[in-house]
Amino acid sequence: MAAHRCSYCSWLFILFSLSVFVIADIHETTAVSDHHVGVSDNTQTETADQPTVEERQWEATEVKEAAPDNVAADTQGTSAPETMVPSSVPQPKDDFQEELVIRPLHSGDIYASFQFRTLWDTDFMRDNKVSHYRLFPKSLGQVISKFSVRELHISFTQGYWRTMQWGQPFISSPPGAELWVWFQDSVTDVDATWKELTNVLSGIFCASLNFIDSTNTVQPSASFKPLGIGNETDHRFLRYATLPREIVCTENLTPWKKLLPCGSKAGLAVLLKSEKLFHSSFHSQAVHIRSVCQDRQCKTTSWELRQTLNSVFDLHTSGQGKREWSLFKMFSRTLTEACPLASSSKLYIDITDNSQGEQFELIPATSLLSQAVVLGDRRTFSVYDLTQETTFGSVRSLNLLIRWKSSDMLRPLLHAERYVAGYGLQTGEIHTLMYNNHPYRSFPVLLLDSVPWYLRLYIHTLSVTSKGKDNKPSYIHYEPSKDRVRPHLLEMLIQLPPNSVTEVTVQFERALLKWTEYPPDPNHGFYVGSSVISSLVPSTVAMDTNSTQERPLFSSFFPCKEESSYFVRIYTEPLLVNLPTPDFSMPYNVICLTCTVVAVGYGSLYNLLTRSFQIEEPNPGLAKRIANVIRKMRGVPPL
Amino acid sequence: MKILTLLGLFSACFSAHSINIENSAGQFFSSGHTNNWAVLVCTSRFWFNYRHVANTLSVYRSVKRLGIPDSHIVLMLADDMACNHRNPKPATVFSHKNMELNVYGDDVEVDYRGYEVTVENFLRVLTGRLPPSTPRSKRLLSDDRSNILIYLTGHGGNGFLKFQDSEEISNVELADAFEQMWQKRRYNELLFIIDTCQGASMYERFYSPNIMALASSQVGEDSLSHQPDLAIGVHLMDRYTFYLLEFLEDIHPASKTNMNDLFKVCPKSQCVSTPGHRTDLFLRDPGSVLITDFFGSVRKVELTMEAINLTDPIKQVEENPVNGEGQKEVYSYTDQLPVSEIIHQKPKQKDWHPPDGFILGLWTLILLVFFKTYGIKHLKHIF
Repeated sequence: MAAHRCSYCSWLFILFSLSVFVIADIHETTAVSDHHVGVSDNTQTETADQPTVEERQWEATEVKEAAPDNVAADTQGTSAPETMVPSSVPQPKDDFQEELVIRPLHSGDIYASFQFRTLWDTDFMRDNKVSHYRLFPKSLGQVISKFSVRELHISFTQGYWRTMQWGQPFISSPPGAELWVWFQDSVTDVDATWKELTNVLSGIFCASLNFIDSTNTVQPSASFKPLGIGNETDHRFLRYATLPREIVCTENLTPWKKLLPCGSKAGLAVLLKSEKLFHSSFHSQAVHIRSVCQDRQCKTTSWELRQTLNSVFDLHTSGQGKREWSLFKMFSRTLTEACPLASSSKLYIDITDNSQGEQFELIPATSLLSQAVVLGDRRTFSVYDLTQETTFGSVRSLNLLIRWKSSDMLRPLLHAERYVAGYGLQTGEIHTLMYNNHPYRSFPVLLLDSVPWYLRLYIHTLSVTSKGKDNKPSYIHYEPSKDRVRPHLLEMLIQLPPNSVTEVTVQFERALLKWTEYPPDPNHGFYVGSSVISSLVPSTVAMDTNSTQERPLFSSFFPCKEESSYFVRIYTEPLLVNLPTPDFSMPYNVICLTCTVVAVGYGSLYNLLTRSFQIEEPNPGLAKRIANVIRKMRGVPPL
Repeated sequence: MKILTLLGLFSACFSAHSINIENSAGQFFSSGHTNNWAVLVCTSRFWFNYRHVANTLSVYRSVKRLGIPDSHIVLMLADDMACNHRNPKPATVFSHKNMELNVYGDDVEVDYRGYEVTVENFLRVLTGRLPPSTPRSKRLLSDDRSNILIYLTGHGGNGFLKFQDSEEISNVELADAFEQMWQKRRYNELLFIIDTCQGASMYERFYSPNIMALASSQVGEDSLSHQPDLAIGVHLMDRYTFYLLEFLEDIHPASKTNMNDLFKVCPKSQCVSTPGHRTDLFLRDPGSVLITDFFGSVRKVELTMEAINLTDPIKQVEENPVNGEGQKEVYSYTDQLPVSEIIHQKPKQKDWHPPDGFILGLWTLILLVFFKTYGIKHLKHIF
């Protein structure tokens, strides 16, 4: 305590002397500040005016925000003025765009698709670590650099996409959780890195991704080619896993929203309220990380983070039966502003079937129109640009109202379903049906099936038939399962004839698990993950093969290599199979019953055989006992 | 002259200020803990155990409201009620009937959910013995100056608590886990609350110092649930936690209510069971322990008027600007479905593995049989 007081004393004395100097030399403050500026100035490489250096320090944020608008037009030369910012290295340019696409569906439901994209021109694989994060979330940046990730795709979905009623989604995802990752070539032990990555992601997204292990991870040999830049595709660095049982709820949405630059406070993300989103027929949220070309020449790459959220609101539960949708009805919120950090923030409504305005009306009307080729079809969209003040009108909020009669649905060209046939708890049969609805073109599909080890597939019973005739796949890759180590992997490249149904059947046998391997609710059943069908579907309009950046986000996810077809990936339903389940209350009952029988039966028999019987005199009364005692004392024999 | 008066004034101020500093310094360190943690566990599965999840979430909500951040809360829910397909209002968990209070909220982070809530994971979280790849949000990173709140709810019996209908944790295991925590200096003080049937049996065996325990019912009594909601169809909360939530709603971060008020929550008239508590292992007097010592978070703020000079930023060596360099390779996107490539794909070069035990054994058997049949002298014809 005394030492404390001494140090306080000295502190105060120093302060006091300093303040005395200040009071005495008040006119020298300008010289003092000049001295400080001069010190910092000497460390700069450029020379700058002395009094304006301070202003430039504050202006640095404006310089950086202006730069992303010129990303498309800028060459590397414009990075030079940024080096004059005294407090940082040349900042990699990052850019954030958000958009929402609303598409009324044939059945009266409405489909809303959010896409948030952050582009960042940086190199995570450099030796000196990236430490200054602005729009790109730091948690994902650290994951990329620590685990040498080349591409990462993770999705959480609740519900199943009904292709026949709703058409094709922009990006499809299987029910449950799905994770597939391409690692860089520098990774030596891919399996160990994969295990650590799943654990880290389970912490970031609050999901049970740590249940991903070797029993549900596969290494596809032809499916899931990288969606980003890359010339080498050695499938040893690819891992794919799916957890069909995983549920999605607010606890997964909360960390997902926190990855956005504006969080859920501004821009389109204010619409993401969990009470409305999870009361929908289909909800899917995904994160996609990959490298993309920066410009047409594609000499440099930048990292792209896409966060997508797809939701289908039901006509009867959310819409109260009326074909009149508004933002408030869907999300219980309206839009008031765009995210200030976004370079573009747009709302697209699909009005392709409404060229003359006879099908539905949009309130408030907008004059901006845009055409985009998406899913092989040219669609027209009304655009609301949220970065313009006029979009919000006088009430300063945008509540879009869509009223329509009915629309024809474009029949999806490719559609698949899957089910389990058979009876009993011993054997069964998996049927996968793929429908090609094109009238005259056939196209190839790559079917990926990953079946858990406890369903023992009999591959000799695998049959692929189209229109009743055998259809031999041009490529089959099969990896048999190993009990408790890895699942079955079956990949087939099948040519679907035009206007036909192709059926793939395989028989299986159910295994009996060890009693500790059953989950706490084994009578629910066991899930088999969805099959993945990747295909090049012929498109009705010519696709744009240039990967320019002016396309809306929802049409630029899959890279396009040829004009006549587009790449699509669809998923079938997951299967729920019952395995032979023992009655877990039986061990207790058996022990009780056995012990009772043994105790009663054997005990009695043992006593009968081994006990000898003696005659025992009855206990004399109290008077007799006292008399006996007296007689003993007298030395006389007892009574 | 002026300088002398200034000096005098300063010294007077200083002496007055220093006394205040000593007092506040004393207050700063009186409670003995510097950080707060909470481990909230719901151990029941299935829709009809909705109330256990609602119990845990209402304690989570109170603890978050009083200041403990998500990074210091380990929340374990054994089943999902909010997005359960039987929930008529998805993404909500209500604690009061007529859907007055949604304890699930919009900002919730569940660390262990579903099948991950097991006895083994719970004990590993408490003792800190987790595999190295466990993320931070799933760890209890407490030290010897942490006050930890542990809340358990579910179905229990005399001496055990049932996890997920398939395993149990006994009171001996729990007491040993707390002793491990004490020996590893993982807590400063611990408050243990349990809301199950015969809950008092769970704290009978504790023997480590600085533990205070509360239970919703004595041995031989059942804890009862509060009220059903006819729209949702299940009981929403247990009585003890319902009244505990009501009590905690009146607490704010600066309140001075102490543990003696907490012991009075839910008397027998409201709870039907008799709540119990145990303070013999606790060193301080319960009347001097604030509720916010466990339910809230320590956040002491010290204002300073001094100016601090930041060092100059480290200058990184600038890379050469890359404009105009033509020799960079052109990147391109991969073909998503290269049909011809796939059809003609060469089978993967499998690494050569030495023959495994079965093949070796088979060949040894064949050789042995041969030599036994024909005699060893034939060896020279072969070799």
